[in-house]
Amino acid sequence: MAFLDRAARSLFLTELLGGMALTLRYMFKPKVTLNYPYEKGPISSRFRGEHVLRRYASGEERCIACKLCEAVCPALAITIEAEPRDDGSRRTTRYDIDMTKCIYCGLCQEACPVDAVVMGPNFEFSTESREELFYNKQKLLANGDRWEAEIAQNLAAEAPYR
Amino acid sequence: MPKLTIDGIEIEVEPGTSILQACEQLGIEIPRFCYHERLSVPANCRMCLVEMERAPKPVASCAMPCGDGMVVRTNSETVLKARKGVMEFLLINHPLDCPICDQGGECDLQDQAMAYGFDRGRYGENKRAVKDKYMGPVIKTIMTRCIHCTRCIRFINEVAGVPDVGAVYRGEHMEITTFVEKAIGSELSGNLADVCPVGALTHKPYAFTARPWELRKTETVDVLDAVGSNIRVDARGPEVMRVLPRVNDDINEEWLNDKSRYSYDGLKRQRLDRPYIRQNGKLVPASWAEAFTAIAARLKGLSGSRIAAISGDLVDVEAQFALKELLSRLGSTNLDCRQDGARFDTSVRAGYLFNSGIAGIEKADVILLVGTNPRWEGTLVNARIRKRYLAGGVTIASIGEQRDLTYPYSVIGSGPDTLQQLVDGSHPFSETLRAAKNPMIIVGMGAFQRADGLAVQAAARLVGEVYGMFRDDWSGFNVLHTAAARVGGIEAGFLPGEGGRDLHGILDGASKGEIDFVYLLGADEIDMAKLGNAFVVYQGHHGDAGAHRADVILPGAAYTEKNAVYVNTEGRPQLARLAVFPPGEAREDWKIVRALSEVLGTTLPFDTHGQLRQRLMAANPIFGAVGEMTPASWAPFGAQGPVDANPFVTPITNFYMTDPISRASVTMANCTEALVGPAQERTGTHG
Repeated sequence: MAFLDRAARSLFLTELLGGMALTLRYMFKPKVTLNYPYEKGPISSRFRGEHVLRRYASGEERCIACKLCEAVCPALAITIEAEPRDDGSRRTTRYDIDMTKCIYCGLCQEACPVDAVVMGPNFEFSTESREELFYNKQKLLANGDRWEAEIAQNLAAEAPYR
Repeated sequence: MPKLTIDGIEIEVEPGTSILQACEQLGIEIPRFCYHERLSVPANCRMCLVEMERAPKPVASCAMPCGDGMVVRTNSETVLKARKGVMEFLLINHPLDCPICDQGGECDLQDQAMAYGFDRGRYGENKRAVKDKYMGPVIKTIMTRCIHCTRCIRFINEVAGVPDVGAVYRGEHMEITTFVEKAIGSELSGNLADVCPVGALTHKPYAFTARPWELRKTETVDVLDAVGSNIRVDARGPEVMRVLPRVNDDINEEWLNDKSRYSYDGLKRQRLDRPYIRQNGKLVPASWAEAFTAIAARLKGLSGSRIAAISGDLVDVEAQFALKELLSRLGSTNLDCRQDGARFDTSVRAGYLFNSGIAGIEKADVILLVGTNPRWEGTLVNARIRKRYLAGGVTIASIGEQRDLTYPYSVIGSGPDTLQQLVDGSHPFSETLRAAKNPMIIVGMGAFQRADGLAVQAAARLVGEVYGMFRDDWSGFNVLHTAAARVGGIEAGFLPGEGGRDLHGILDGASKGEIDFVYLLGADEIDMAKLGNAFVVYQGHHGDAGAHRADVILPGAAYTEKNAVYVNTEGRPQLARLAVFPPGEAREDWKIVRALSEVLGTTLPFDTHGQLRQRLMAANPIFGAVGEMTPASWAPFGAQGPVDANPFVTPITNFYMTDPISRASVTMANCTEALVGPAQERTGTHG
């Protein structure tokens, strides 16, 4: 009887029709793929992307050169030099992050007492040369200015858990 | 001897020991802020509370002397609660600005809050804010952080002896301030930042530049005066970030003078980092080989009597020894390590050393200063004399200028004739000296830097002989040098040999054209105009007077950049260690001399530092006893002769600028402006 079964399946193309039915069903379901550069997936508010240096609303840079991020960085990716600014406040004269060394552990943002160095939501910062990944203070502050809205939102979302 | 029980352990202590000290002997840690072992005990921070049986409440252990039969507990519930309470009160007004505080990472309050404090605060009111005070060019103040321990007040009043800092108002409103808004006029003011347990007083030149955990620490010695203070050099990468004192009870206790502490920024400026050769009147950069060839060309066919060498104030023993060997191979005996022109007999060690040792000052009961201003020539020697004065029962007198030495003393004369009166007993001060048990004489360079230096030395020696300063159990004859290289140079034999010229002879010879080649080993303080037309080689680390005159410059290493021996004024050899590497093409000094000797065809017989040290020890065994004083046996020294009546003059006119390093330092320039000369006489009505 097994022979008859197999012959009937071949004759009536049931397997083919079953497959086509599945295909047809998926045509009416929502898509799971993204049209990547034009569409992006959701990321967590805890996502650890490219570093930024933030500013206060007044425009004053937050970083106070306490060097805790430099001390905690397990990859030794951060280099800071500081001296008193003209108004006597403690500020960095140099704040470099070597993005090629960074392991994106997020300890720097955990250590920061003023939420100055934050790993923002940006993960699209590939470059064509290594040198472009040696970030200096200017670059990091520019990043901060660009991503401030998203970062502020993320920090607010995470505030209850900290 | 009281016997007491601490935490169940019985201990017998000297009468007068406090409970805190007894705990330290047992290795029990008691937290404290105001207590400092070298200062008086005010017991005002209350952090050291311990529980004592039969006492109604916890007692401050730093101020409670041990009594017989006391039973003390240092880790009971009550004590822990009391510490927690005190800590909470201290933190009420202390700002939580550790991230921007320079003390962060090495702060007593931070450490003890971690160890003994509560992990959260309950205080929600406003904190106290205090206006910052001006305390001079080296101390930065953030007075809001002050916890009123008063260590700074006690330090400046007791150790420094310059009562410029005090407190105004009472209780919570107390403020530490200077009287009134003036720079602290003490050469020891940098120690205020060290004794401050919090970040209220910090080092101004170090402000915000580094964190303690990123510094590489090297234990070495200071060479900016002849005291040989033990220091720790903190470096980051190729840069010296700060200099801190190291405890050595025989020399500097735990203090350091401001010049030694803050002139490190001079190590980054005016440095010679490559050889230079003078061509058509201008110095042009050259390679080592070219520089050596130029020297060799000039030395070719020159007889030894036309060659001379002078060594400077900051030069290590190895370099002087190597250069001496080189010159003797070239047939020259014209060398002198006394670039200040001092004349004294170097044949007897006792005649040029601080024989009693700096710690020996504490045993003296009469101290006679001759031609010296110890406050500027050896600040920590002066601090030791002040410590002796505070202990009581000492008479201090001076022959020389009237200066503020931070303790009372009488000026009993101004010139060498007073010494002669003391020898023949016709001076009224003779009685005091005769009655003394351990009389001490401290002779400064002001007494030797004169034409009759040898006679003055002999007169001082006679004073010592007449009043029993050369005994088996007491040697009270002391010479206070001003340069770290001096005693080392003498011990290494960097002195005129047989028929050789001394400094004055060399300068005379050079200006008359009898000397054609002068090797300046870091010598900057001589009168360069007197070198005439001689060919001058300058080997050193700073572009100072010597380098300006030089025909060939060989860049050497500063004291933080080499492993070397220095001998302090007591005759105590100490090791300087490499903290950072010399800049550019500069090299360790003995290596330069060794390399030059090869080009000259008289290769010196050592290839490594170890071999050189060994030869050094063979030449003079005292270099083997590192860190120890080799006692000097006594024999007559000096040359008796006529003395002129001119008063003694102190050789140092500006404490903050005595050598190429401090002259290149910005901090020292600020100190000079604020503290030396006209600035002190300026009043409020000056523009």
